Amino acid sequence: MKSAMRTDYYTATQNACNLCAPLGAALVFKGIANTVPLLHGSQGCSTYIRRYMISHFKEPLDIACSNFGEETAIFGGGANLKIAIDNIRKQYCPDLIGIATTCLSETIGDDVPMFIKAYQNGCRDEDLPALVHVSTPSYQGTHMQGFHGAVRALVATLAETASVEGPLSVNLFPGMVSPSDLRQLKEMVAAFDLEAILVPDYSETLNGPLWTEYQPIPQGGTPVAALRRTGGAAASIECGLVLSGEKETAGTWLEDHCGVPLHRLGLPIGIGASDLFFASLAAISGQPIPGKYTAQRGRLLDALVDGHKHFNGVKAALFGEEDLVAGLAAFCGELGIIPVLCATGGGNGRFVQTVQSVVPERYHDQMQILEDSDFVTIEKTLEALAPDLLIGHSKGFTMSRRLQRPLIRVGFPVHDRVDGSRMLHLGYRGAQQLFDRIANTLIEEKQKKNHVGYTYY
Amino acid sequence: MATGANKKPAEVRLDRQDPEKIKARLLAKYPPKVARKRAKQIVVNKVSADGEVPVISSNVRTVPGLMGQRGCCYAGCKGVVLGPTRDIINITHGPIGCGYYSWLTRRNQTDPDSSADGHNYIPYCFSTDMQDQEIIFGGEKKLKQAIQEAYDNFKPKAIAVFSTCPVGLIGDDVHAVCREMKAKLGINVFGFSCEGYKGVSQSAGHHIANNGIFKHVVGLDDTVKEGNYRINLLGEYNIGGDAFEIERLFERCGITLVSSYSGNASIDAFANSHTADLNLIMCHRSINYVAEMMETKFGVPWIKVNFIGAAATAKSLRKIAQYFDEQELTDIVEQVIAEEMPAVEAACADVRPRTEGKRAMLFVGGSRAHHYQELFAELGMKTLSAGYEFGHRDDYEGRKVLPDIKVDADSRNIEEMEITPDPERFKPRISEAKKAELEAKGLQFSAYDGMMTEMPDGTMVIDDLSQYETDQLIKMFKPDIFCAGIKEKYTVQKHGIPLKQLHSYDYGGPYAGFKGAINFYKEIDRMVSSRAWQYMRAPWQEHPELSATYAWE
Repeated sequence: MKSAMRTDYYTATQNACNLCAPLGAALVFKGIANTVPLLHGSQGCSTYIRRYMISHFKEPLDIACSNFGEETAIFGGGANLKIAIDNIRKQYCPDLIGIATTCLSETIGDDVPMFIKAYQNGCRDEDLPALVHVSTPSYQGTHMQGFHGAVRALVATLAETASVEGPLSVNLFPGMVSPSDLRQLKEMVAAFDLEAILVPDYSETLNGPLWTEYQPIPQGGTPVAALRRTGGAAASIECGLVLSGEKETAGTWLEDHCGVPLHRLGLPIGIGASDLFFASLAAISGQPIPGKYTAQRGRLLDALVDGHKHFNGVKAALFGEEDLVAGLAAFCGELGIIPVLCATGGGNGRFVQTVQSVVPERYHDQMQILEDSDFVTIEKTLEALAPDLLIGHSKGFTMSRRLQRPLIRVGFPVHDRVDGSRMLHLGYRGAQQLFDRIANTLIEEKQKKNHVGYTYY
Repeated sequence: MATGANKKPAEVRLDRQDPEKIKARLLAKYPPKVARKRAKQIVVNKVSADGEVPVISSNVRTVPGLMGQRGCCYAGCKGVVLGPTRDIINITHGPIGCGYYSWLTRRNQTDPDSSADGHNYIPYCFSTDMQDQEIIFGGEKKLKQAIQEAYDNFKPKAIAVFSTCPVGLIGDDVHAVCREMKAKLGINVFGFSCEGYKGVSQSAGHHIANNGIFKHVVGLDDTVKEGNYRINLLGEYNIGGDAFEIERLFERCGITLVSSYSGNASIDAFANSHTADLNLIMCHRSINYVAEMMETKFGVPWIKVNFIGAAATAKSLRKIAQYFDEQELTDIVEQVIAEEMPAVEAACADVRPRTEGKRAMLFVGGSRAHHYQELFAELGMKTLSAGYEFGHRDDYEGRKVLPDIKVDADSRNIEEMEITPDPERFKPRISEAKKAELEAKGLQFSAYDGMMTEMPDGTMVIDDLSQYETDQLIKMFKPDIFCAGIKEKYTVQKHGIPLKQLHSYDYGGPYAGFKGAINFYKEIDRMVSSRAWQYMRAPWQEHPELSATYAWE
């Protein structure tokens, strides 16, 4: 291993490779049925975050705000929060309001749990929506901390231990994946006759059809009632190898407080990780893996063998969220692609070790793994590594253009393609699609560089 | 200025509906206090014989919980006004989000080859990426480092620093850091206290940006460069290449552009811009402060122009000719208009059979909701309702109401700079007598009549439209096209109505000038004539009458 830790070219951040915590939290709240996310702070945060996520998902995505002014910043935001909740209830009649803080309310030290309690005490006779709070100052961690924090807050606020009648259910905490991925996960769990309680589930709210009827809040998402039942599930599955080192997550909360057994897995990207995911479902349900998936896996393996000739010595640079990069690195290892650079903007100290653990050892001395990194650092590192392709989100485009290397878009944000919300990464089908895109890109590059004009590969 | 505001004109109908009833329906669901506040911001227009319009409440704080379109002070300062300048390194001092979300998200174009040094930092996002320890112990040290690193790596001519919310709260002295680094590095380094919680919208940030540029940049270079008819174009941000089209027209007419604020702009041009002889204002809201200050300090007068719409473009070019009052310029302007218009007229005639009588709504910005009504009028389309996201009363009712505007706590916190004539460099560009002569001929100086004076009676003017009200308007009117931004786009389209983004132009454009008008005609034709919506329901889905339906069905 040449360099295990971050290479320090700069101390300030130039062209960041991560976003801020309230964005992750707002996304999670979009995955709960009839829910309005509310940012407690300056209105710019909700506007920026709305705009940023909308350009990726290309769907309605409303985030309310408590609209701090200068005097709010001085005297505190309690009154504003109350007005905001009142107005949201009047306009949208939601089942849940997800309240995430911003650096403004965090810096002045607003006690949001106390505000919520006071609000609830003041409206005892009314039918109140669930009010869930998560602390998300953007000077701590990245959007992923906000995401996982909100998932935990939902469960910790709402889960009930009472035993549940009916079919076996499994809590699935999938991490920050695409609506297509979420749909696929639900299908996979359903194939084992299990009920999936997906937190979050924005597969419909952020990838829905045109409306034939007006919807104040787009339909879909995990119902609040289902969140209450998470405490009685047969098991929880939490995806993300880097996340699995985290002490306080939704999964650990349910394990500690409700005794729900926790399976901590990687994101099911590629063959090995998907195999483990199916094995867990089989173990929880006591049912065999359905033939449909064995067939999918078979076709995937067949395609890998057929296409191996295009992958000889290919080097890829991966960047994005920790767990996505770790998942992709493992898949690259399966394809015989050397992930010469694995980089993330997150910095929780577990990334390097995690990536090492999933990539074959023989590649290690050709790899650089950067934590808490930014694009200026990544690009500088890549000049020496000369990868054949880049795999990551749209912000890598500038680098891809300068280095003249193709960029395969995955994850978030994907602003410069139309299918950000439909990209599939997970399961055998996700692996199949990733494989096809990577192989086709490599062929296209070869084709472009060749002067003869072969059409036969 | 107010007439007996909002008195219902008996027969006025808006698209066969009673606008006062529509207003009542928009307010129906709000709690009483919110309804009272919004009632003053939702106005049924009526222009009296002497050009007076109802009072509209604007530039007031958005009610918490109402999902509006507005951004923050930082967005207005860094994103809108300073962002389009290519050769200043803009460092966001704060946590990572603010810098990230404003990184190449506006569609300002720039041409680095038009400066000799070719500097272009627009593709970069510089941030101090504050962490816990800076919030606790202060971020000045990290800011200094960031400035030093930016300098070491790029050797820019100037570095600007933009404060985000926590910076004001923890008390970092951004301006002291900038002064220190300016002395150390020998380049221009200046800061903006544009914390997001200041003011009520991005408008506060525009004002702060204007002040900062004026204080730190304008007047640094007194070289009077060669060229006839030397003007500045203010409040044009080169979205979709608008500035390039306008520059093309200036060039054809022999008009010399000293500086633009700030589309396709360079800091060197700002420094020199006080040497121009006339300021043209496009977006009155975001930039009138610089024009006012430049007039007081250096004697450069300003006029309002609009290059959105072919007729408006011709009118604006004629205004410039009128100001300079030289036959040579007047002739060439007339010749350019005569040469450009046939293509515009042909394009318009081609699409008009399909656009005539269609209905539009525009809710955007601080000037676009006004300017774009010109283009829709050229297409024979009606504007049913319009409003600004962050406009003030003068943008709605005209600058004549300026003395009547109450300064509230939010506006009082934004510095009004004390400007006096420069002892050496103040030079009125035009004598009082000449000014009076031109005014008598109809050229208005320092004047903007606002949007409402040009809108028909009965149209609805709505300030700071909320998402909820957007949905209600769509349900009640089902307009043929809705103009707003990315936040509204996909919701409106879910209802089966095309939305044209007028912030980013849906990544198209230019729409300014003559060529821009042709682009816009074609684009709107394509959008209002789209056949996609007829497939919204699958043939096997229930017949509309049988299920719950939209109000218009």
